[in-house]
Amino acid sequence: MSEKPLLDIKNLRVTFPTRQGEFEAVRGVSFTLGRERLGIVGESGSGKSMTGRAILRLIRPPGRVEADRLELEGIDLLSLDEKAMQKIRGQRISMVMQDPKFSLNPVMNIGDQIMEIYRFHTGASKKAAYEKATEMLEAVSIRDPERVMRAYPHEMSGGMGQRIMIAMMLVTEPEILIADEPTSALDVSVQTQVLSIIDRLVRERGMGLIFISHDLNLVSAFCDRILIMYAGRIVEVCEAARLNEATHPYTRGLLGSLPRLDEPRKRLSVLQRDADWRETESVSGRQ
Amino acid sequence: MSELHFKDLNVWFGEGADRVDAVKHATFDVPSGASFGLVGESGSGKSTILRALVGLVPTWSGKMSVGGKQLGPKRTREFFKEVQMVFQDPYASLHPRHSVDQVLGETLKLHGFRGIDKRIEKLLADVGLGPAFRFRYPHQLSGGQRQRVAIARALAPEPTVLLLDEPTSALDVSVQAEVLNLLADLREEHKLTYLMVSHDLAVVAHMCEATAVMQNGEIVEMLSVEDMRAMRAKNPYTQHLLESASGYNPSAEQSA
Ligand SMILES: Nc1ncnc2c1ncn2[C@@H]1O[C@H](COP(=O)(O)OP(=O)(O)OP(=O)(O)O)[C@@H](O)[C@H]1O
Ligand SMILES: Nc1ncnc2c1ncn2[C@@H]1O[C@H](COP(=O)(O)OP(=O)(O)OP(=O)(O)O)[C@@H](O)[C@H]1O
Ligand SMILES: [Mg+2]
Ligand SMILES: [Mg+2]
Repeated sequence: MSEKPLLDIKNLRVTFPTRQGEFEAVRGVSFTLGRERLGIVGESGSGKSMTGRAILRLIRPPGRVEADRLELEGIDLLSLDEKAMQKIRGQRISMVMQDPKFSLNPVMNIGDQIMEIYRFHTGASKKAAYEKATEMLEAVSIRDPERVMRAYPHEMSGGMGQRIMIAMMLVTEPEILIADEPTSALDVSVQTQVLSIIDRLVRERGMGLIFISHDLNLVSAFCDRILIMYAGRIVEVCEAARLNEATHPYTRGLLGSLPRLDEPRKRLSVLQRDADWRETESVSGRQ
Repeated sequence: MSELHFKDLNVWFGEGADRVDAVKHATFDVPSGASFGLVGESGSGKSTILRALVGLVPTWSGKMSVGGKQLGPKRTREFFKEVQMVFQDPYASLHPRHSVDQVLGETLKLHGFRGIDKRIEKLLADVGLGPAFRFRYPHQLSGGQRQRVAIARALAPEPTVLLLDEPTSALDVSVQAEVLNLLADLREEHKLTYLMVSHDLAVVAHMCEATAVMQNGEIVEMLSVEDMRAMRAKNPYTQHLLESASGYNPSAEQSA
């Protein structure tokens, strides 16, 4: 890629102190993000969410984030003070968290929450914000946006919570969207709708997307490039459309454990992990 | 005999302009020892059916019974010894200030078990979590790790009926395979009955003998696993679900 990347990350590490000593959740990952759809896949606990949160400096102490470089278009994110960082969050980089309902305010209705974010970043009038918010909810296939505007998070289904989060994160039109399992609770038809909105923002407005998911078929079809993480490192980087040709035994194992409608079997094969995978140096995802 | 029986179940929330008829006239049976799937659109009422069964929604009409016993408005402790539920949202369902050890220990104590220490170890091993996780708090776990704790908690009282709401949607495929194999083994060993919500038809076809398809509060179609595999569906929405599940077609969606 000749263009300068939006995000430039070198040797990112996230460490937590635990009863058993220091635990390294992310162990030196390097990658860049351009105006592209970058997928991150990998097994549970491999450090996908912590990588996303570290970029926004959302790792709670006593957890620590370190990196040789963590830059947003030349701005060193690690040296910014908290106030400057708050400006970056939401306005320039948005993140759809893996736990949608947890990230919504339980005592404020959904309409007010979306309108507040929108007005904070754009200074729009109440009326304009109301219109924009209903429009966004409709865009993510919410059947009855007027009711949902008045409703509270606990009154929403799992998939509705996810879609509301996405609507809220996209309403400010960020330059970068980090989406952590954004569609894991959605049925295919709604999922297709939601992905097409995100896709449009990438293609028409040049938004950069980090798409964290464990759905290999989906990532392969939707993204441009994929990083495969294992035990806090990147073990393989591949072109998304070629995920089927991936060579790392871990990636092959992941592909092999999918249940298939057209090929019934009694038991699903489970991954046999190799101690060496953990020790091999991280592969770079820089372009 | 049917273990779970639903007849003309209606569930609603709110009133006036905010009234939602979340489930309309749902009727189906789950035979003892069977595994039954609920699939369908997001917001179509799948979780609501499970929540009504375990007594979390007061506003319903129709009939529900478990093991031949008709359910009223309240659920007893004995009910929860028989019926356990794994909730869709593993973040909200675990108490933030209770460690894994406390969560499992308290459930076991509540149901009068002994040898709690050994049982906790066994439960964690069953869901593929090592002993290192025993004293962690929910915020120190990844999404998939929390979901496995939630599954372990549901298994703790050794129930006969498990209600599973998207039990593997937060899990990566390798852990999903482990959890699905575990659920299949448990069902065979203990003759458990499953009612399972999932948006992944491949998962439902793997686990269940039959499934109901829901849209907008209604059951629009019932399918056997053979129907699913042969892609025999009358309803266009079901047809669409089956097509998408049997192989993703990127050209249909991507133009770039
Ligand atoms: N506060 C913490 N203290 C200790 N360990 C933690 C803490 N937070 C996260 N971890 C550990 O860091 C590792 C990486 O977690 P992360 O949430 O990034 O996983 P993930 O790849 O997103 O997994 P999933 O697919 O299950 O969401 C996990 O093993 C998790 O247990
Ligand atoms: N406590 C509540 N108060 C008001 N409305 C509710 C409440 N709980 C659920 N609903 C509504 O009932 C409908 C069905 O929700 P339900 O959670 O059963 O959907 P679902 O099929 O499980 O969807 P998903 O796949 O997205 O989880 C939704 O429109 C939802 O907003
Ligand atoms: Mg995660
Ligand atoms: Mg649900």
